[in-house]
Amino acid sequence: MAEGILTMERLLGFNWAGVIEFLPALTAGLYYTLFISVVGLAIGFVLGAFVGLGRISRFKVVYALATVYIEIIRGTPVLVQAIWIYFALPLIIQYTLPSVLAGVIVIALNSGAYIAEIVRGAVQSIEKGQTEAGRSLGMSRHMTMRHVVWPQAFRRMIPPLGNQFIISIKDTSLLSVILVPELIFQGRLVAANHFNAVEIYTTVALFYLAITLTLSGVLRLVEKRLESRS
Amino acid sequence: MIIEVKDLRKSFGSNEVLTGIDCSIAESEVVCVIGPSGSGKSTFLRCLNLLEEITSGEVVIDGNSLTDRRLKIDGVRAEIGMVFQQFNLFPHKSVIENIMLAPMKVRSLSQEQARERGRALLKKVGLAEKENAYPGSLSGGQQQRVAIARALAMEPKIMLFDEPTSALDPELVGEVLAVMKDLAQEGMTMVVVTHEMGFAREVGDRVLFLDGGVLVEQGTPTEIFDNPQESRTKNFLNKIL
Repeated sequence: MAEGILTMERLLGFNWAGVIEFLPALTAGLYYTLFISVVGLAIGFVLGAFVGLGRISRFKVVYALATVYIEIIRGTPVLVQAIWIYFALPLIIQYTLPSVLAGVIVIALNSGAYIAEIVRGAVQSIEKGQTEAGRSLGMSRHMTMRHVVWPQAFRRMIPPLGNQFIISIKDTSLLSVILVPELIFQGRLVAANHFNAVEIYTTVALFYLAITLTLSGVLRLVEKRLESRS
Repeated sequence: MIIEVKDLRKSFGSNEVLTGIDCSIAESEVVCVIGPSGSGKSTFLRCLNLLEEITSGEVVIDGNSLTDRRLKIDGVRAEIGMVFQQFNLFPHKSVIENIMLAPMKVRSLSQEQARERGRALLKKVGLAEKENAYPGSLSGGQQQRVAIARALAMEPKIMLFDEPTSALDPELVGEVLAVMKDLAQEGMTMVVVTHEMGFAREVGDRVLFLDGGVLVEQGTPTEIFDNPQESRTKNFLNKIL
């Protein structure tokens, strides 16, 4: 039964040093993971900001469109969205998207829906008196949103946005099924060819952890900076 | 008449809060609106700059009918300062930034012009040294004086006050009333919803008594406070004085 027990010797028995040889392949994967995360979330944030404001729009059509979008995205798995965009959409539009572009679209569309709800919640949480004060000074709806409501709402968005960013970064791993050569895609290639699953998948997990921990740290700093200014 | 109100009605759902108010206010007049809570006095005030939509009737501000569909309300509001019970300062902006924002965005003042105007107003309300403080670090009385300065920075023709001292600790009420009194003496047209009967008596040119959404009685402070005609006015004054 000894072989069933996890011991230090057994852990150290793996060829950890050998991982170095495969770092270039993993780093290439890391690059795609970061690229898709950064670009996808940047687009997702802009999209989410507009859709979130659409959810509190007085124009019924805008509100309806925003709501339909959010419900579709929230009601379907990311994996299904990725597969649909990469394998189904091309048959409809008669054009095959490069997998990385498809990946960016999936992350942007998916995070956009969740960010929209974060934006809506934060904007609605700002006291009505703030808007009234802005409007009573003769500022337009737009000016009041931009200079009075949004900056205050933005501060309240940071913690939930951080959450969503971390979720989306982890979601990029699902893009391996649409052949995006990101971190876990590369890891599986290496592990399949060299039979070093423990070493490679552990390293891959640590890479994800490094990204998300760095992001958490940065967000905490941003929050502190904003706090000290009021 | 700088403010004219004709048969003003306001309903929230099936609840009619104002049931036909008629009155007009002249330039430089200080009008205090008193009445029991729920009488519609705040709603009345908020109809004057369209923070509340008008259900029916008409409000004319300096020749602009607020119910006219072509009206650009922002332009009218720029001429009407408003001071709120809860101050409503912008907490993410410093005191001077609170004051500078609207003059720069609406009146297109340069930063220097806006700052200069802001500093002069802060001096006027006795808070010159608080220029760079944030609202959260000020007392209620100081916040309300900043709010008054912020409204004045637009150089409005009319100032509306919605229970400006009701959220203040008693010892801070005086400093705010003093600023308002100065303003009245400079000839500002003011409509003040208030529970401060001393202020109404001393500073007001006219007092309106509202009850149940009706303008029950109006007159000079002496007429209203010393010789009220209506029994509802007498009852109210008996309770509070």
